[in-house]
Amino acid sequence: MSVLFYASAFVSVLATLMAITRINVVHALLYFIVSLIALSVIFYTLGAHFAAALEVIVYAGAIMVMFLFVIMMLNLGKPTEEQERVWLKPGMWVGPSLLAAPLLVELVVMISGAKAQTQAGVINAKDVGIALFGPYVLAVELASLLLLAGLVGAYHLARK
Amino acid sequence: MPVISLQAIPMEHGLLLAAILFILGMVGVLTRRNIIFVLMSLEIMLNAVALAFVVGGARWAAADGQIMFLMIISLAAAEVAVGLGLVLQLFNRFKTLDLDILSKMKG
Amino acid sequence: MLEYLWLVPAIPLIGSLILVLSQGKLPELPAAIVGAGSIGLAFLVALLAGMEFLSSGDVAYTQHLWTWMAVGGFSADFNLYLDGVALVMMLVITGIGFLIHVYATGYMHDDPSFARFFSYMNLFVSAMLILVLGDNLLLLFMGWEGVGLCSYLLIGFWYTDTYNGYCARKAFVITRVGDASMALGLFLLYTSVHTINIQDAMGVAQQQWTVSSSVANWVTLLLLGGAVGKSAQLPLQTWLPDAMAGPTPISALIHAATMVTAGVYLIARTHVLYEMAPSVQYLVGLIGAITLLMAGFTALTQSDIKKVLAFSTMSQIGYMFLALGVGAYSSAIFHLMTHAFFKALLFLTAGSIILAMHHEQNIFKMGGLRKDLPWSHALFLIGTIALVALPPTSGFFSKEEILGSALMHEDGGFLLWLFGIAGAFMTGLYSFRLYFLVFWGKKTHDGHEVMGLHLQGPLVILAILALVGGWIVIPVAAVFPHGEEHHVPLFYQAIMLALPILGTLTAYFVFVQQRVDVKALAGEGFGARLHHFWRTQWGMDWLYDQVFAKPYATLARINKNDFIDSIYNGTARFAVLMHSLVSDTQTGQLRWYAITLASGVLLLVTIGVLV
Repeated sequence: MSVLFYASAFVSVLATLMAITRINVVHALLYFIVSLIALSVIFYTLGAHFAAALEVIVYAGAIMVMFLFVIMMLNLGKPTEEQERVWLKPGMWVGPSLLAAPLLVELVVMISGAKAQTQAGVINAKDVGIALFGPYVLAVELASLLLLAGLVGAYHLARK
Repeated sequence: MPVISLQAIPMEHGLLLAAILFILGMVGVLTRRNIIFVLMSLEIMLNAVALAFVVGGARWAAADGQIMFLMIISLAAAEVAVGLGLVLQLFNRFKTLDLDILSKMKG
Repeated sequence: MLEYLWLVPAIPLIGSLILVLSQGKLPELPAAIVGAGSIGLAFLVALLAGMEFLSSGDVAYTQHLWTWMAVGGFSADFNLYLDGVALVMMLVITGIGFLIHVYATGYMHDDPSFARFFSYMNLFVSAMLILVLGDNLLLLFMGWEGVGLCSYLLIGFWYTDTYNGYCARKAFVITRVGDASMALGLFLLYTSVHTINIQDAMGVAQQQWTVSSSVANWVTLLLLGGAVGKSAQLPLQTWLPDAMAGPTPISALIHAATMVTAGVYLIARTHVLYEMAPSVQYLVGLIGAITLLMAGFTALTQSDIKKVLAFSTMSQIGYMFLALGVGAYSSAIFHLMTHAFFKALLFLTAGSIILAMHHEQNIFKMGGLRKDLPWSHALFLIGTIALVALPPTSGFFSKEEILGSALMHEDGGFLLWLFGIAGAFMTGLYSFRLYFLVFWGKKTHDGHEVMGLHLQGPLVILAILALVGGWIVIPVAAVFPHGEEHHVPLFYQAIMLALPILGTLTAYFVFVQQRVDVKALAGEGFGARLHHFWRTQWGMDWLYDQVFAKPYATLARINKNDFIDSIYNGTARFAVLMHSLVSDTQTGQLRWYAITLASGVLLLVTIGVLV
């Protein structure tokens, strides 16, 4: 089981790395989807089956398809790729990396201080559903409001 | 009858993965000039945070982690919808996705 | 009785308004009728008022027109006040003014700004009448400033020549110095006596002040400052010669007969205050004495016919101040009147000569004009003998009275008398120098007398007045305290009689017989330096330039960038700098904001890890 976790983690990191360095948008998107699916596996190994399912359905399915639609609508072709090549010189990575590296080191230091095991066991959709419509019912309402606002906003903004 | 026996995984490993993904997303945001890539990198960061919540939920064997994941996923959906709408509008107006050109807010 | 007194200043004002509102479109004849006619009408009204006033036997008559302003406890009425002095002044102003106006219709013939000239002239007469008729100091001050303004406008009448504008500005600025002093004097007087009515103020001052108290000294000194500025006495006399840049009738009316004597009038009007400050009163006499000598010397070296007359005016006003200084107020007013006669005559005749010589004013380019200009010659001679005070002309009577009063004055009167007789000698010398240089000697240029009833008519009347004006008795006995009848010893009388004649003879020997070579005397060495010193009014212009103009210009140059402002500008510049510093951080680039955000997070997390 832990083998599955570490393998998926490796795939996930690698795919994400590929995703942020691609020149072609669609390629990047596909790498990101791979990363998401790997994460879904990790959720499964952590016993969060419901989350794993949502990760594939909502994230990899719905959201990424939305990206894909927009990319298709913008009809970005070869010129954009050329543009990306010009923009993404190796030197461009130096600054952000220098900023990100110490942050990562610090996070690692902080995380490694917390020694604890995740508990084996499945938290299934039923548990989640009971909690969701129990103590968290207000959060559900808020999320639905947010989605409604997003819906209206997206409709308004994308109008010609 | 579990098909696979669930073995405990150290929590810090899960959090470490979340941290690495978060930092990668951040590097993406800082580096890319194309607005689509920036949005995608933001998704990576959100996803990393969601992972951290799920790991936390697994640590305490509680449903709360997954509920937070649900919240984040709905937030991401709304954000992508609005963000992509903005992208379409900007592209219509300026015929470019270059963030450095879209700098009308310059002081 | 006398309800129509207000018409006297009102008629010239109306005339002026008509001329102003005509916008210069009025042809010459109607403009002349309005301009000169209004003054003539005012003179008739004044004459009528004078006769009625004298026959009534009153000391003074006050006409309340309206309350000018009333603020809190302070109120100023618009009242006209007529007494003997005001009557003399009023008649001189309207009478001489009328003659000069008539003359000016001929002198200014064909000038494109004919109507504008007469509108200024009428305004001047109106303001001058308000000055002498005003019953309170504020009204007097209004008239005072009004005549100053008209003087400025008329000196710069031919404003297209920048030199004239410069002269007008000089006159305006220098008299302003005196006026500021006078205004301060008025304020001080008001705070002390709490009234601005002249008669009331003098009454209160007489009761409340002690002789030679500091308030009495200060008030009289400050008022003297105003009088000195207006009457072109030391040390504010430098504007008068430059004022000759105006048309000649202006010089006759404003800078000889009326306005410049306003200072004399002011001191005579407020003589009670000066009695309370004997040392300042003596200073008045001393200023007059020094001025009359200085102006006499300067007149001797001038080459411009009008400037000689200007310095002569200065000198004669010096006599009036001298008279005021020794308490001979009625003599001062008497000399004021006779001086108005003969000086107006001299100026107007000079104007005729200038016209005849086609606007040539340099006396060295004239000479031998006796035959060419018989009228001007005769009239100028009459004016000159009156000025020199040869008996029995009007000038003789008035000047003899002044010198006699000075001699009889106990404290320091003899010193003033010495100045006075020296001045009498100088007067004879410079007046006849002018006369001989213009009318005698070798003839160099032809002159053609410009004839006309409106030119020679007023001159003849003035000449008669200059000859016989000495017998006029001015009705000022009720206004001024009686001096004791003085009997001047025969010896002194002989001196006073002899010195003007001596001056005349000297002039004859020097400038006609040419016993002394003037050119050689003034050409080199000490003589040249003395000549230059006299010519430049004892260096007064140079002194003012050094003491006031140059240091001020230097200060202005130093402070050109206004160092006080630089404090405020510096604050503003600092704010702009800070603004641009902060503003530069707002690049408008999303990645820059993201980097800032990430750096902030890094900083906070670093703090969290380390602590």
